[in-house]
Amino acid sequence: MPRSERIVENLNAALHKVFAEDERAYLIGEDLADPYGGAFKVGRGLSTKYPERVLSTPLSENGLLGVANGLALTGNTVIAEIMFGDFAFLAFDQIVNFAAKSVSMYGSRQPLRLVVRCPVGGHRGYGPTHSQAVQKHFLGVPDLALYELTPFHDSADVFAEMAERREPCLHFEDKTLYGRRRWVDGTDELFEFGFAGPRREYGTAVPRVGATDVDCVIVSTGGTAPLALEAARRLFLEAEIVCRLVVPSRLYPFDPGPVESMLAGARRIVVVEEGVAGGTWGADVADEIYRRLWPSLRDRVRLVHSRASVIPSAAHLERDVLVQAEDIEKAVREAPER
Amino acid sequence: MSDTQTSPAAGGAAAPRTAPESPPGTALTDDDLELLLLIRHFELSLLGLFSEGKLNGTTHTCLGQEHVPVALAPLLDERDHVFSNHRGHGHYLARFRDPEGLLAEIMGREGAVCQGVGGSQHILRGRYLSTGVQGESLPVAVGVGLHLKEHEPGRAAVVHIGDGTWGEGSVYEALNMAQLWQVPVVVVVEHNGIAQSTPAEMQMAGSIEGRAAGFGVAYRSADAWDVDTLRATAGPAVEEVRATGRPLVLELSVPRIGPHSKGDDTRSEAELAAARARDWHARYEQLFPERFARAEDRMREQVARVVRDVDARPLSEWRDPCLAPSA
Repeated sequence: MPRSERIVENLNAALHKVFAEDERAYLIGEDLADPYGGAFKVGRGLSTKYPERVLSTPLSENGLLGVANGLALTGNTVIAEIMFGDFAFLAFDQIVNFAAKSVSMYGSRQPLRLVVRCPVGGHRGYGPTHSQAVQKHFLGVPDLALYELTPFHDSADVFAEMAERREPCLHFEDKTLYGRRRWVDGTDELFEFGFAGPRREYGTAVPRVGATDVDCVIVSTGGTAPLALEAARRLFLEAEIVCRLVVPSRLYPFDPGPVESMLAGARRIVVVEEGVAGGTWGADVADEIYRRLWPSLRDRVRLVHSRASVIPSAAHLERDVLVQAEDIEKAVREAPER
Repeated sequence: MSDTQTSPAAGGAAAPRTAPESPPGTALTDDDLELLLLIRHFELSLLGLFSEGKLNGTTHTCLGQEHVPVALAPLLDERDHVFSNHRGHGHYLARFRDPEGLLAEIMGREGAVCQGVGGSQHILRGRYLSTGVQGESLPVAVGVGLHLKEHEPGRAAVVHIGDGTWGEGSVYEALNMAQLWQVPVVVVVEHNGIAQSTPAEMQMAGSIEGRAAGFGVAYRSADAWDVDTLRATAGPAVEEVRATGRPLVLELSVPRIGPHSKGDDTRSEAELAAARARDWHARYEQLFPERFARAEDRMREQVARVVRDVDARPLSEWRDPCLAPSA
């Protein structure tokens, strides 16, 4: 695979593109001003180029989301940054009760172009309030779409799609992806990378020599995609188990349509996410798969998620709680073959 | 009867205090009087409809507080944004004079301004928006104010809140940003002394003036039962916000003479009597009995007609539901 840009650079370029093409675009959040450019540097350069449209706010998640809502209500395109996704809970009222509900609770469609960016996930030792994969807590809210950064998708396309929805979107960004390089082109020594769906909704990867006879489909969220790929690589090399990796750009509403035939043809299906056990995205996906594919399924859908626990700070304890590549590998191996 | 003041913490030049030339109450126009009585009879009718079992859910009337939106109405135009709250019927009627659309909304009948989806507390029409969560619209108004400052200087975002709302953290996040960024927001506080069932002195430390001062936000207040005195305070306040583009808190002391929602008033008879003694209705009736009686008859009949008309309409239809997650 040719050397590609880092994901944080791709994301930063996507924001610059939004600003260049849309003179009503705003970025709002804490510590956004250059030279800092946000805690993870995703907004770097924007405050210098567009000082009047980058609002570096006080520590006020609920308040800044309210300001974002007011700007969106008056026709602007607003990207709000929550410094750590965990803090989105502080803004829950503005996201769920105001932004999402305003779209339809006034009887006719009220467009809102709002994207809330949430860096999520662990593996960094930030501890219980700075490491959670908070996706599941926003699942199933009418008129609130959930997207997740993946190594496959070009963020510029994803941001254009979110703006087109004209309803609030949450964009979850696994922190471990920022420094990684994108999976941009065709093949590596083992896998073939591509997309499924008319809008390239799903990124897919499958061993080049095994694409016609897939043992297992692993559906995985953006942050866990590299772990799933690692597991798939090991399973192929060590056990000749062919796994097809499927990574959606949009988590909710979840539409398996574009990958339904892949799912239907697999002997096993494993759904992976980093969120902790209980009320998970994976359970919702499994239910949707049962609803569509029950007659042809050969095994129950296996779920892989983190343990039902807070995320500890110490590296060894954190590792024990969070999903690892070995957990995915184990889930694939455990599934009986019928 | 009027007591208007400007906070020394206001910062910037204080607008002149313009007292009404005639004694309180006597300069009231027919239009103001009819609007006051339209709101009063609309609210009384809602309580009546509830007791007849004709309304779903709940509703919060502004009985005793009608003079606030009536005083503000001519000071605002359709290009100003108004954010209302759970107690918003008076704000809506003063802006749109549309009792049919509002009642249809509350009753879920054809012609409902939001198809019956929003009900009493959630209305969006043009630049008017109400929502049912206390404090929620304050930061939204700051965002709208930022937009106005950039694209329509001279326009303001007006937010109605109550004394109880000052318990919410979003109020302070919003005041901080509004003053930091100099955003044209008028926070109209309808201080009725009781937050649902909890008296102000049991739920608020310090004062609203002190809290505004803490953020360096300009502050004005009035305790007046009549429209002209209120308007004389609110007019310069709104003009100051338009001219400077800065936020301002306008605290108005008003009585709540009705229940919080339907029949949930826990106040003693003495407390209720004290609230009623501050009501504009009896004062105006006393000041010009014949003119008042004529206007009252007209508005009572008009609202009764609206109730009969709306009650006879078919149920509202939600033609554009939010369902269907799109692919």
